[in-house]
Amino acid sequence: MSPEELSAIAEKTRAGRKQVCVRTCMSAGCMSSRAEDIKKALDKEVASRNLGDRVEVRRVGCMGFCGEGPMVSVKSEGLLYEQVTPENAPGIIAALDGGTADVRRGDPEHPFFARQLPVVRANGGLIDPEKIEDYIELGGYTALHHVISESTPPQVVESITRAGLRGRGGAGFPTGLKWSTVAKAKADRKYVVCNGDEGDPGAFMDRSVLESDPHTVIEGMAIAGYAVGASQGYLYVRAEYPLAISRLQIAIRQAKQHGLLGDGLFDSTFSFNVEIRIGAGAFVCGEETALMASIEGRRGQPRPRPPFPAERGLWGYPTLINNVETLANIVPIVTRGAEWYASLGTEKSKGTKVFALTGKVRNNGLIEVPMGITIRQIVEDLGGGTTDGTRIKAVQTGGPSGGCIPEELFDTPVDYDSLMKVGSIMGSGGMVVMNEHTNMVDVAKFYMEFCMEESCGKCIPCRAGTVQMYNLLTKILARQATLRDLEALEELCDMVKSTSLCGLGQTAPNPVISTLRYFRDEYLELLQPTSGDHQPNGEHAPATTSH
Amino acid sequence: MKIAKPSPPSDDKRWKIIDVKMRKLGYEPHALIEALHAVQDSFGFLDPKALKWVAKSLRVPPSRVYGVATFYNFFTLKPQGAHTCVVCLGTACYVKGAAAILEGIEQFAGIKPGETTPDKQISLLTARCIGACGIAPVVVYDGAPAGRLGADAAVERLKGFAHVS
Repeated sequence: MSPEELSAIAEKTRAGRKQVCVRTCMSAGCMSSRAEDIKKALDKEVASRNLGDRVEVRRVGCMGFCGEGPMVSVKSEGLLYEQVTPENAPGIIAALDGGTADVRRGDPEHPFFARQLPVVRANGGLIDPEKIEDYIELGGYTALHHVISESTPPQVVESITRAGLRGRGGAGFPTGLKWSTVAKAKADRKYVVCNGDEGDPGAFMDRSVLESDPHTVIEGMAIAGYAVGASQGYLYVRAEYPLAISRLQIAIRQAKQHGLLGDGLFDSTFSFNVEIRIGAGAFVCGEETALMASIEGRRGQPRPRPPFPAERGLWGYPTLINNVETLANIVPIVTRGAEWYASLGTEKSKGTKVFALTGKVRNNGLIEVPMGITIRQIVEDLGGGTTDGTRIKAVQTGGPSGGCIPEELFDTPVDYDSLMKVGSIMGSGGMVVMNEHTNMVDVAKFYMEFCMEESCGKCIPCRAGTVQMYNLLTKILARQATLRDLEALEELCDMVKSTSLCGLGQTAPNPVISTLRYFRDEYLELLQPTSGDHQPNGEHAPATTSH
Repeated sequence: MKIAKPSPPSDDKRWKIIDVKMRKLGYEPHALIEALHAVQDSFGFLDPKALKWVAKSLRVPPSRVYGVATFYNFFTLKPQGAHTCVVCLGTACYVKGAAAILEGIEQFAGIKPGETTPDKQISLLTARCIGACGIAPVVVYDGAPAGRLGADAAVERLKGFAHVS
């Protein structure tokens, strides 16, 4: 492939475009609501009205407003339809020529869309994820050509560092620093791994990126490979995402056919190949050393770090592991420049973040917002408040490793450091809204059960500690616990947090700690007077009313 | 040194698909999880014959194959029913009533998650999160997710699976 051929493909695709494009969301959420039949019905309607030379019905990835799906959009006419059924197809096509569509109209200028800043998701909902031509038409793979022909690997690393990108998997480690560590490691073989084991319940950002724009992740991996000196990449995707896997397989095959993956890319000496590895349902595999064990065909159990994967990774070779969203940021940074990227977001958290906004919120779906936006803006402006007008009580971020942020702290800006300060974490991007009917102790128990079952069993604090904490939470919820049990729970939180081997155990107590911090009353209300305490209004009683 | 390739457990053609998968990965030990995926895709579950054959083909100890097969939630050593029903218990589904759905289905089918009805018609499973949170709560029937369900509607859909009273 040469750059001329690349632009020829783009030109040809552009020239073949029709006047009107009817886009149908065919991402996992909408697919479950008959999106496939909707597209077929639209195609049939276009054919029967002989509009084939003017109208194209295109399969696209996630448009974001999953809660109102399936979505159909006609951008040129400024039309957006929600909760579409196949029966609506004739109306939608008739509306292109002045008829009326008997479907719920969405508002493309709705704050849910208007307040977003799509960088990672810029192509989502625009291109057909199963056609490489669609990606190339919008400039796809020119960033890879640019770095190979114009930059040295250290220059690429330097520009990622300057952009200020931090890992989107949750911990926020500076991406440039990680890249430079792998780049500097001396070895005759290195690997790039894309972590697509999005295990947080309530999070589907990476699924959506992989389903909607698989090539941007692949191109990001190839650029990373060039920068660190790796020629082999692995895409680790969880088995629960069959659509993402199939679209990645298609994308990799097409990229190979077009010479955009393989040997001697763009007539250089740089070669890069990508293989998919499918997870098998283990949350702990999101942890990088466990993930590598899984790629090597072993049980997904973590090992102590150091050595970090950047020094000793897959099969003992230096390995760069980045999350899907992190890698999806690479092409925009290369294309638009590190300075542009660094101008987005806050001082220490640059760029944008994709969140899966779900739970008891009116507008459910995927949003991409600049770092520094407040939780209140997300929940109230984009999210539109609760479904039933009840009071929002808290927002949970970071899944089983994160915490609950109470309403009074909703003016906290969303960036790595501020969220950490209020006892939660950025996490991978799950944001679950809870209203006044949500029982916070129950939420803590829900996450503890998750961690207990997902603990890999290697280290004792996590294996045994999560069981003990779960039992205590169950006892509290059954109104059989006393203040002593609560004290034991707090001690366990501290012990498991500070002595577990990997991130799973180290963060497992977080949901308990944060709910105890902000909703202690809910715990205390469930407690019994300490046994043997003959004076219910004695020494322990005040604890039930104070913090 | 060349080691003779072990012959598959039977002349069922599906073993060939699995063999192709292992050959693609050079019969290397790291092909283990991919091979087990191929077995489960083809046969629906992992039986001892298959585990032994994969172990021999990849030259890894059977204990390691068994260890991997039982470590990951996705793999099952038991045959599944004719239909599967997976209740998502992710956070978004949870706060929107997944627990009630699961309870309703358990009562209706008379089985717990991980079990199959005695007539081998329905297997009930739970998922950590299938990532369709926008349409929570979600139940996956025979691989097709259905969203925005109430407990009654979820049970109603199950009735579509034959032989269940």
